[in-house]
Amino acid sequence: MKWGLIIEISQALMTARLKQTLVAAIGVTFSITMFVTLLGFMNGLNEMLDGLVLNRTPHIRFYNEIKPNPDQPVDISDEFSNSLNFIRSIRPSTSRLSIYNSESIMHALEEDPRVTGISPKIAAQVFFNVGTIDITGVVNGIDVDKEAELFAFQDYVTTGDYEDLKQTNSIILGKGAADRMLADIGDVIQATTANGNKIQLKVVGYYQSGLGDYDNANSFASISTVQKMLGEPSSYITDIQIKLTDLDLAPSMAKEYREIFGIDADDIQTVNAQFETGTYIRTLISYAVGITLLVVSGFGIYNILNMMIYEKLDTIAILKAIGFNSQDVKRIFISIALVIGVVGGSIGLILGFLACLGIERIPFETEALPTIKTFPVDFNVKYYLIGGIFSVVTTYFAGYFPARKASGVDPVDIIRGK
Amino acid sequence: MSLEKKSVLEAKDIDKYFYNPVKTQVLKKVTFRINRGEFVSVVGKSGCGKSTLLYILSTMDTAFDGKLWMDQELISGKPANYLAKLRNEKIGFVFQFHYLLNEFSVLENIMIPGLKLGKYSRQELEHRAMEKLKIFDMEDHALKKAYQLSGGQKQRVAIARALINDPLLIMGDEPTGNLDKKNSDIVYNKFKELAQEFGQTMLIVTHDTEFASGTDRIIEMEDGKVIRH
Repeated sequence: MKWGLIIEISQALMTARLKQTLVAAIGVTFSITMFVTLLGFMNGLNEMLDGLVLNRTPHIRFYNEIKPNPDQPVDISDEFSNSLNFIRSIRPSTSRLSIYNSESIMHALEEDPRVTGISPKIAAQVFFNVGTIDITGVVNGIDVDKEAELFAFQDYVTTGDYEDLKQTNSIILGKGAADRMLADIGDVIQATTANGNKIQLKVVGYYQSGLGDYDNANSFASISTVQKMLGEPSSYITDIQIKLTDLDLAPSMAKEYREIFGIDADDIQTVNAQFETGTYIRTLISYAVGITLLVVSGFGIYNILNMMIYEKLDTIAILKAIGFNSQDVKRIFISIALVIGVVGGSIGLILGFLACLGIERIPFETEALPTIKTFPVDFNVKYYLIGGIFSVVTTYFAGYFPARKASGVDPVDIIRGK
Repeated sequence: MSLEKKSVLEAKDIDKYFYNPVKTQVLKKVTFRINRGEFVSVVGKSGCGKSTLLYILSTMDTAFDGKLWMDQELISGKPANYLAKLRNEKIGFVFQFHYLLNEFSVLENIMIPGLKLGKYSRQELEHRAMEKLKIFDMEDHALKKAYQLSGGQKQRVAIARALINDPLLIMGDEPTGNLDKKNSDIVYNKFKELAQEFGQTMLIVTHDTEFASGTDRIIEMEDGKVIRH
């Protein structure tokens, strides 16, 4: 088909009704702008809120839980094997917190292609001795580099350099804990572990996650420092945290490894189910609003094209008389709709991007979120693609029905009618 | 009518009914033929069915009984798209009121059927369109928008447009009906010129007896019947 001619005619019809065409295009522009901005902003916020917890949450955490032994002697005994045994007041056996054979478990995890990173950790309960007062806290022994790589540790160290943590006997205090201890950078604090060891630690930084309770209790030191504090060997590890290539694999992999290694494993979905729900609902609402805007602008195009067809009945009749068939006429009006959609949509995408850039510049500082200085915006290409595709699809349908009407115009009726 | 003369348009037993508000027969067994090079006019009183006949002959109205040949090819019952192509290629139209597309310049108006046909390149068409405009002394107005012309000028351009694809047949529905005496004469003279100088086959519906008397042959209609041809 001769698309050149069809586009030329569409263009002439549009320029003849420039104002209406512009109004229709502006409608699309506005809705696409809003769609992109809304989704970008909403998802930026979503990601930030989720990141608050999820970024720092391992996809799977392996640990030993202190609990009663499920295999009690009476169950093993042949004599009672066929009876129903009730045992009251079972106490946890003297199991240890550290993970057995942690070296080989870590080695096995490293070999797994689904795993992107492993970070070992020791959680140690301590008392910080401040004068005559003891403040309880948890010192997390971490592998500094791994923690930074997998859990963006450095983002949350608001004062001081996280690299300093690699020196033995240094500590990064939670902001809340530091405030209570009145500990400045460079100060030396004293901590007592649960088994009575006293140790002097030098404060090299503050840690602020944005979750107040967490910052009151948690401080960080290197693994070797914590092992030394506890008087344990270098194989002593209480937690192994891993990140996966695909978050959705977590529940099944946790189950798999729980059986293989015989240790406890928590996956991120189970631990943080409520975050996913919140994110899902917020995303759903933003899509609903965005799509409503687009549909409304589609009705605008529909109206304007209908009006244009009514005004241009003569033109349509002449075109048909001189040899344009129904499909040609339909194509002319669909191209008008698509041009409105594509031009309006593209400008909308650009304006939406600019609006997002603008929002990203707006200062947004809160005590709770030390890493956030401006409003977060998500610039995912996905939203631009959805916006673009949707604008074309809506305008196509908005144009399709008027175009079908135009193609059905009987030239004889029009020409005779005068 | 010599035997060598080829038939351009042939109608046989054409019946046409209108159903709104009641079934009325507007055309009754209309049969005639037009040969190449003839300048034919269809005359008759208002409501005798001459316009209806023209729209059937033009292939735009397909709801009729009977048979229609164009260029010795049976065209009644052909699909709409085929007929549209046929109109584009073989028929040129001149209407009473509907002249030009106001959105386009005079030159573009003439070129559009040619562009649709796609036989010539755009440049060639532009050249051809200018040639046609020269026939009607309208070449100075080529770049004006269609709505800037007077009625007579528009009708002359419309005839030029009808000629762009070198049609087998030009059909006119009261082409001078809406024009004053002066413009009507100009348009009439142009038709005459086309018939004499270019041997163009033409079928013009008119109630202007003066116009009709200048044509080669008059088909007279009354109450949906051809009474003289």
